[in-house]
Amino acid sequence: MAFLLPAFLLLIFGYGVTLDAHDVPVALVIDHPDAVTASFSGKLAHSPYFSPRAFATIGTAEKAMADHEVTAIVWLREDFTRKVLSAGAAPLGVIVNGMDANSARIIEGYLQQVWMNWIEARAAERATPPPLPVAVQPTIRFNPAVSSRDYLIPGLIAMIMTLTGALLTALVMAREWERGTLEALMVTRATIREILIAKLLPYFLLGMGGMAASVAMAVALFHVPFHGSLAVLTGTSALFLLAALGMGLLISSLARNQFVAGQIAIITTYLPAFILSGFIFDIGSMPAPVRVVTHVVPARYFVSILQTVFLAGDVWAVILPNALALAAMAAIFLGVARMGARKRLD
Amino acid sequence: MAVDQVSAQVQRGAITGLIGPDGAGKTTLMRLCAGLLRAEAGRIEVLGLDVARDPAGAQARIGYMPQRFGLYEDLTVQENLDLYADLQGVPAHARPARYDELLHLTGLRPFTGRLAGRLSGGMKQKLGLACTLVRAPELLFLDEPTVGVDPVSRRELWAILDHLTRAEKMTALLSTSYLDEAERCNAVVLIHEGRVIGADDPARFTAALAGRSFHVAAEGVGKRPLYEILSQGAGILDATIQGAQVRIVTEAAGPPQAATLLPDLPGVRITPVPPRFEDSFVALLRQRQSATSPRSGRAPALAAATEGGGEDVIVVQNLTRLFGTFRAVDDVSFSVRKGEIFGLLGANGAGKSTTFRMLCGLLPPSGGRLRVAGFDLGHAAAAARGRIGYMAQKFSLYGDLSVMDNLRFFSSAYKLRGARRRQRIAWALEEFGLGPVAAATSRDLPLGYKQRLALAAALMHEPDILFLDEPTSGVDPLARREFWRRINALAEAGVTVLVTTHFMEEAEYCDHLVIMAQGRILASGDSESLKARFRSERRPDPTMEDAFIALIESAAAAQAA
Amino acid sequence: MWHQVFALIVKELLAVLKDRKSRMVLIGPPLIQLMVFGYAATFDLDHVPIAIYDEDPSAASRDLIARFTGAPVFQEVASLPSAHDIDALIDARRVAMVLSIGRNFTRDLLRHRPARVQVIVDGRNSNTALLILGYANSIIADFDQAWMRDHGRPPLPAVLDMRARYNPSLSSQWFIVPGIVAVLTQVVVLLVIGLSVAREREAGTFDQLLVTPMRQIDILLGKGLPGLLIGGIEASVIILAAILWFHVPLRGSLPALYLGLFLFIAAVVGIGLMISSLAVTQQQALLGAFLFMVPSITLSDFATPIANMPPLIQDLTQVNPMRHFLAVVRGVFLEGATLSSLWSHYWPMALVAAASLAAAGWLFRKRAS
Repeated sequence: MAFLLPAFLLLIFGYGVTLDAHDVPVALVIDHPDAVTASFSGKLAHSPYFSPRAFATIGTAEKAMADHEVTAIVWLREDFTRKVLSAGAAPLGVIVNGMDANSARIIEGYLQQVWMNWIEARAAERATPPPLPVAVQPTIRFNPAVSSRDYLIPGLIAMIMTLTGALLTALVMAREWERGTLEALMVTRATIREILIAKLLPYFLLGMGGMAASVAMAVALFHVPFHGSLAVLTGTSALFLLAALGMGLLISSLARNQFVAGQIAIITTYLPAFILSGFIFDIGSMPAPVRVVTHVVPARYFVSILQTVFLAGDVWAVILPNALALAAMAAIFLGVARMGARKRLD
Repeated sequence: MAVDQVSAQVQRGAITGLIGPDGAGKTTLMRLCAGLLRAEAGRIEVLGLDVARDPAGAQARIGYMPQRFGLYEDLTVQENLDLYADLQGVPAHARPARYDELLHLTGLRPFTGRLAGRLSGGMKQKLGLACTLVRAPELLFLDEPTVGVDPVSRRELWAILDHLTRAEKMTALLSTSYLDEAERCNAVVLIHEGRVIGADDPARFTAALAGRSFHVAAEGVGKRPLYEILSQGAGILDATIQGAQVRIVTEAAGPPQAATLLPDLPGVRITPVPPRFEDSFVALLRQRQSATSPRSGRAPALAAATEGGGEDVIVVQNLTRLFGTFRAVDDVSFSVRKGEIFGLLGANGAGKSTTFRMLCGLLPPSGGRLRVAGFDLGHAAAAARGRIGYMAQKFSLYGDLSVMDNLRFFSSAYKLRGARRRQRIAWALEEFGLGPVAAATSRDLPLGYKQRLALAAALMHEPDILFLDEPTSGVDPLARREFWRRINALAEAGVTVLVTTHFMEEAEYCDHLVIMAQGRILASGDSESLKARFRSERRPDPTMEDAFIALIESAAAAQAA
Repeated sequence: MWHQVFALIVKELLAVLKDRKSRMVLIGPPLIQLMVFGYAATFDLDHVPIAIYDEDPSAASRDLIARFTGAPVFQEVASLPSAHDIDALIDARRVAMVLSIGRNFTRDLLRHRPARVQVIVDGRNSNTALLILGYANSIIADFDQAWMRDHGRPPLPAVLDMRARYNPSLSSQWFIVPGIVAVLTQVVVLLVIGLSVAREREAGTFDQLLVTPMRQIDILLGKGLPGLLIGGIEASVIILAAILWFHVPLRGSLPALYLGLFLFIAAVVGIGLMISSLAVTQQQALLGAFLFMVPSITLSDFATPIANMPPLIQDLTQVNPMRHFLAVVRGVFLEGATLSSLWSHYWPMALVAAASLAAAGWLFRKRAS
């Protein structure tokens, strides 16, 4: 279970979760088609991001957008060509469905590129000087293809390991508390520390196995580049798993009842790991009080480490503080759980 | 308060039994002794050490086997032994000899390679004991080692314990709710509601009641009306049904006179019988709580006896149930007459629960015919289920709800409404003495009250047939007697009762018994005839348990041959 | 029949409300999560730390820099004296972007040659990288147009005139908060009501129910209606908070929203009851619920668009009630959708609800072993 669960989740998410728009359906409304508009629509059709569909009137295009058939409308009005050829600054109308604000912004960015390409291509055709004064050279470090999969999959691994680590531990240990099967161990010579280690070690090893499988899948199946060293990955994974297991242990010793432990584990691991870890939503953009809250989510540190180790390499300035935070969280969770689980039952 | 002002001693080299019903405080006391709980007040000395101050020191010298021993079900028998040897710090050179001894003692040698999860309940318990004994402790704590274990394995466990104390000079403190096990202990401590109510040699407890136990039978009067009269009779401490007769314990020594005991009945026979340990326990309890529990259970008109002759209300023909290829129930046939108390007995895994669940319509049969009140409940219209009452194992109630809410819910579930619903709820509160606890959350009730509430819920709609699954497990002997009086009265009023139980002495209350093993019926008949089959010179008066074990053993021998 | 169903509903509600821990699951986490996630789940950039390396300090470069530092999206945390530190700053995640202005910036501008500006972005979060690049491009485009106007150069042949429909300020909150209605409602209904069968089965009370004259349909109704009630109240509270606290506009019809909610909860209750009927232990039921919940949220359009997924997975999401309810709740909130425009989302939920409830009812008896 601890082994199959991560693989299953990673498979679904790896294929399912992506923020990269491609072939976005766009309605193209050209009130008066001619050579100038054709050069623009050619650029639009050429872009890998868009698959334009021609509409005769803005009315039908608006209807198509309301029906979710297209996500954006590009509208070249009656006087577009005349303005381009005379005074310039012809308005190139774009209407985006803004409901999904993030997708809308990314579509806007892509359209901006198409527009700039078109302007520069026109200038080149006419051998006029470049029309735009500033030439922007974008450099995307670590992920030049800007593939969202490359950044989401390391985060997904962190999320999945939180889930399996904390949830499984919480459930398993809660069952042991509930059934009282730990009693026999408690009167042996083994100390409570040894008992907890004995109980956690199998899950730790399974978690590391699941981790290894996830990383292998990420590299082999999803072709995520791996620039860091295995040693750093292994070390930080171990720290993170300890924190996740400690969290599960803490939940189980607080609840001592499978049902409640499961409920708490699902509520405290899944959604926070999804939303507050920086796996998908940028922590830096959250309001300050929420940013403070993210510091208690262990996944947050691991997401940062994984994204760096996969895409950037062993950047100690990132790894060290996050690893320290993980170590501290592991120590706190395990320490509190250890204190709660004295060798007595009361 | 789980344990209140307990003082007791355990003698070195002996087996001391901690005897009491569920919830009496046995487990808490065990955990206190093993240093797993800390007492609010008082002092426990184990092997000369103060447990509260030095739990680790005491734990190094004791062995403790909790009710659910933490076996690793994914490891083999041998691996479990190795693990506990590691945990107990048994040196490697000492292991082979110790393993050899333990495997021989528990009879687990042929199964060392088997996964612990695949052992039977009895074998798991023996493995748990072996793991506890891997580093021969000076003192052994055993918390209900025989609960949920069939009589055959129970005997084997006791044989192991006898050997340990005799050959290895080990001291054992053992808790149990089976009163017949007390007689095997060297000393017993009786505990009830957290307090010690007696501590002595069990033989002395029994001897105190010598000459006060009798079998009573009367010509022309059925055992049930007779039992009902005797339970209310003056000067009678205890009355139980035993086969065709009623067994009584009198308050005063010396045989009672038939004329004073049953003045209106002719042909009364009174025969003295040897006392049992249970008699003394009941006597002690009666003294303590003479007023607390309603001794009522007014029997409906005694005259309306439907002794025998009723039509068959449950008919089972060639019933079979497969789980995969495993035949849990294999070609079983029997029938139950109206107004009969019918018992289904068997070891764990014998198929009695599966049979029971099929009868209630909870599990579809794989083959055979099955009629309950003319219906197959698995397919029957909901209305047919309205004619049966069902009391599940462990008295399943909605723990978060109050007693009243539970009664309201079950009365509605059984389609009662309006005035009749109000009247039945009032009846339940009154008849079962639940009025004072009507607002209490049912989870927090003492076990005896839970049992009453569960029975009340099953009787809300005045069913024709009552199904009872292990209806008295864990409750104290008085509650058990009270329960059987009610069942007796119901049967007398014409309700058919089908019951599963692993208390062999309870089989005596049944008019008809079926004993199952490995999915088949081994024997059937009334308890007298079953016991008579195993009467021998060596055992002139076999108990139901003797008969049961002999049956199982002869069946196993027949299979082996 | 209704009498029995009603009794079961009362019992179910009492059981949930009388248990302190269940009560907590119902009230505490959803409200806290609504507040935290309502603010946390945002794709909008805010105060992104940037560094600036200006090799040509001049009026023109200062104007460009001022446009960056003046934007609320960006916050300058470092001004670099040399190119040396750029990589280290980004690697250590101290800044997400470096704006590097070339040595001959002003000279090239004046000579009508392309004036070089480098925008170096941390691509570890590719989504943020794209958004940062988009903002940087718009700021530079504004600078371009101002420069052209001020220096008498001919205007561009065409300029982009972008507008967004339904969410003109492109606020992530408007998108995410209605989504939280769906996510939290599902979590609560699934955990509290959906798993109750497994709980009753382990306690033995489910057998008690099965031997009463209640039929499967009565038990289904008795279990399902409290789920509808609890889920409905829960969702209503969150909807109110979305409108009153987060100021998400509610443009469509409430009946359309509540029909969707009804079908959604019915489907979730059905799936929950089905999972817990299949499970032998509570532990299995919890893992089952979890295995359903995680993909159903991830593959629902909640945070990542379904439109971007491979076609096979897009087809798979059709059986996910959450996906359809998200479309309903967002459609009603932002697009002003009405009953008639949402049929394509109602019937799949109705189908899932009918199928899962029927399966659960069938499993009640089938699995009673």
